[in-house]
Amino acid sequence: MNDPEKTDGLFDCREAYVATLEALAEADTRIVAVVNDSVGSSKLGGFRKKFPERLINVGIAEQNMIGVGAGLANGGKVPFVSGAACFLTGRALEQIKADVAYSQANVKLCGISSGIAYGELGPTHHSIEDLAWLRPMANLTVIVPSDPWETGEAIKAAAALDGPVFVRISRMPVPALKHTVESFEIGKAETLREGGDVAIIANGTMVCRALAAAEALAADGVQAKVINMATLTPLDEAAILDAAKTGAVITVEEHSVRGGLGGAVAEVLATQSPCSMRILGFPGFLPTGSAEFLMERYGLTAAGIADAARDLLAR
Amino acid sequence: MNQVHRQGADDLPSRAAHVAQRANWIRRSALKMIFEAKQGHPGGDLSAADILAVLYFDVMRYDASQPNAPGRDRFIMSKGHCTGAFYSVLAGAGFFPEEELSTYLQPLSRLNGHPSRTYLPGVETNTGPLGHGLPVAVGAAIAGQIDKADFRVFVLTGDGELQEGSCWEAAMTAGHRKLSNLTLIVDRNRLQQGAPTEETVSLEPLADKWRAFGWDVLEIDGHDPAALITALETKSEKPMCVIAATVKGKGVSYMENQAGWHHGCPNAEQYAQALAELS
Repeated sequence: MNDPEKTDGLFDCREAYVATLEALAEADTRIVAVVNDSVGSSKLGGFRKKFPERLINVGIAEQNMIGVGAGLANGGKVPFVSGAACFLTGRALEQIKADVAYSQANVKLCGISSGIAYGELGPTHHSIEDLAWLRPMANLTVIVPSDPWETGEAIKAAAALDGPVFVRISRMPVPALKHTVESFEIGKAETLREGGDVAIIANGTMVCRALAAAEALAADGVQAKVINMATLTPLDEAAILDAAKTGAVITVEEHSVRGGLGGAVAEVLATQSPCSMRILGFPGFLPTGSAEFLMERYGLTAAGIADAARDLLAR
Repeated sequence: MNQVHRQGADDLPSRAAHVAQRANWIRRSALKMIFEAKQGHPGGDLSAADILAVLYFDVMRYDASQPNAPGRDRFIMSKGHCTGAFYSVLAGAGFFPEEELSTYLQPLSRLNGHPSRTYLPGVETNTGPLGHGLPVAVGAAIAGQIDKADFRVFVLTGDGELQEGSCWEAAMTAGHRKLSNLTLIVDRNRLQQGAPTEETVSLEPLADKWRAFGWDVLEIDGHDPAALITALETKSEKPMCVIAATVKGKGVSYMENQAGWHHGCPNAEQYAQALAELS
């Protein structure tokens, strides 16, 4: 199993999540954490130690976990409901729809170890459908942070927003990015690199790879614009339309190629500003392999993204 | 706080009589809504009428003008399809004008087929799909437990609804945490959509199941207001499950115990007969 301890210059975003949550909980007694026996995988051991009464473990019962979260919100709490993204979303989708999104409950859903972080554990444990399931849910803000700083900012923004939020939190090691914005704003894309030949729109763990791909393309004289689309809902359509001015748009996500970031961008471009486009992600249920093996296999690497860009520009 | 008639336990007969009168009004109102809308769930509305009347016109503490007051008692209508009775009791309790009941199921009405808190004050959570109310009630009760607040949380489920696994996940959590501020009422009319529960997937021994999950259980006549009042005022160290034996379609002879009246609408003649029987 893929267990990315912090390695040189790389970070596990769960650390930023819990550090931020503990700090927020210190200042706001309404904040509680709800888990499905996932104290360890959500790294909430420290939270439990500090706030034992505010860590609610409902056991291995995801439908109940989401409902309990909605009820805690009804009782005036600000619940951060954390569990492996695959189970949190898939197992309890109707609860997310009815109890949280449709009810406009002030619940924060934290999908941990999202994407293919669980590698060899296979498609049951991969969460590459979650964004497609959650994106059409009205009222639900969906954030896919790219690094530790943005994860912490996303958690703060989620706490400050009165309404339901889903934050996708990876355990894949990522570098701390050099951001171009001072603060994170829900619904606002961040342009990390300017370029006029092609635009790469990425989110989550793929943003650092998109930046590396842009560096590789620059060596060939191709200037790529790189956009960090951390908020999937509400979508920054203006940033997408701006990216379309390059004439070639590539989306990159640790998700199925259907219904996620690529789908969202395609909906905007197809209806408002058609241009050449490529959607990078996973085609379906994945074969056995580590997360890194699978990333390589499906071209979700700097080289793979750069190749897709060259291919798109050559058409 | 509610305009209820609350005169202490020694005046139980008077309280019960008041509730019975209001329950009768709920039944008439629900049938009127269904007759005018030409659809609804009359069977379940009629079986739940006395339970709702006892909650809103006697036992619960709330102020309809402040539906989100933090200290309110909460009621969660898990059997969300029974909106004829639920909207009637909310209107009767003052959460919105009674005249609005005539908009039931009309285009753009706030009175949707299933209750929405974003449309209507007094609705705590949106229900409709079954097995959702108890987990939410458990969450609200945990919030009260953490804050040592004195509000109570009530939730009404159907009996067929208990075939949903999420109910038992929540039951385990409530038992484990000894949520003494939580009361579940099971509308035990023994009929689900198309057939008796015991012929579909049997629930019995139902009381034993709740006890095994760490709950106290009271089994009562769900159409006896005095019994309902007494049960809902019974204190326990554990979460309380009140299994209310009811009759689906209660009060309208041709609907009683008829699974076919789960969903439907009486014709003019049937409606007139129903009102006559409920007069």
